[in-house]
Amino acid sequence: MAEEKKAPRKLSIIASKGSLDMAYPPLILANAARMSGVEVNVFFTFWGLDIITKKKQKHLHVAVVGNPNMHPWVHIPTILGVIPGMSYLASWMMRGEIAKLDFPPVDEFVQLIQDSGGHVYGCKMSMDMMKLTEKDLVDGAKVLGAMEFIDMADGGQIIFV
Amino acid sequence: MANVLKDIKFDAEGFMEDAKAWNEEVAKAIAEREGITLSPRHWVVLNYCRKEYETKGEAPTLRNITKNTDVNTKELYELFPAGPGKLAAKVAGLKKPTGCI
Repeated sequence: MAEEKKAPRKLSIIASKGSLDMAYPPLILANAARMSGVEVNVFFTFWGLDIITKKKQKHLHVAVVGNPNMHPWVHIPTILGVIPGMSYLASWMMRGEIAKLDFPPVDEFVQLIQDSGGHVYGCKMSMDMMKLTEKDLVDGAKVLGAMEFIDMADGGQIIFV
Repeated sequence: MANVLKDIKFDAEGFMEDAKAWNEEVAKAIAEREGITLSPRHWVVLNYCRKEYETKGEAPTLRNITKNTDVNTKELYELFPAGPGKLAAKVAGLKKPTGCI
């Protein structure tokens, strides 16, 4: 189509949660944006940092206590959620369901976003708090302060997860 | 180029209405309109998209493309820099993909 040239779209995503279920929405959105040719910056902060921390990203868990949304599989009543291993079981099931839909595991998903030209950043303050350095993050991830992120997000849309 | 696309119907976003009206000349013309010059590597992607369409009735996801061809994610974005999610299907004459990955 002979559309007039619009300024390229830009999306900034803030990923603040590190549970298995909350890791996927920012990753899926970031990837979808790249597939549509939208520039993407993802800022991982607080527990969201686990998603791009090498030692943690393969071991994210879904919470079974205080999580009323386990219904696609089995509802686990809070009282049973305290049984040791319950979170591992639920996380294992969820990983299986995600794989069935052909979505990659978290570490591969982050790599996919980077390969597609998306940029990933670790929040400086959170990293200081958790005693992490850039070396603890996946290759290619950069450390960024909140103000720099705001500058970077200028002129685009922001999603907070 | 204009002649090749003259009798072909497109939806508002530029995806072909009828995938059966597609052929190599049409692909070249759509690609040109999107600012892409087709190389043999583009054809690896386009032929795979068409093959998937023939068997499954819709455009494959990008993950499907990178898993089942030798084109990896980085190359796919180099081939279709304005967004392979839509462009690969568009040039292959298919509808906008519904997959999220």
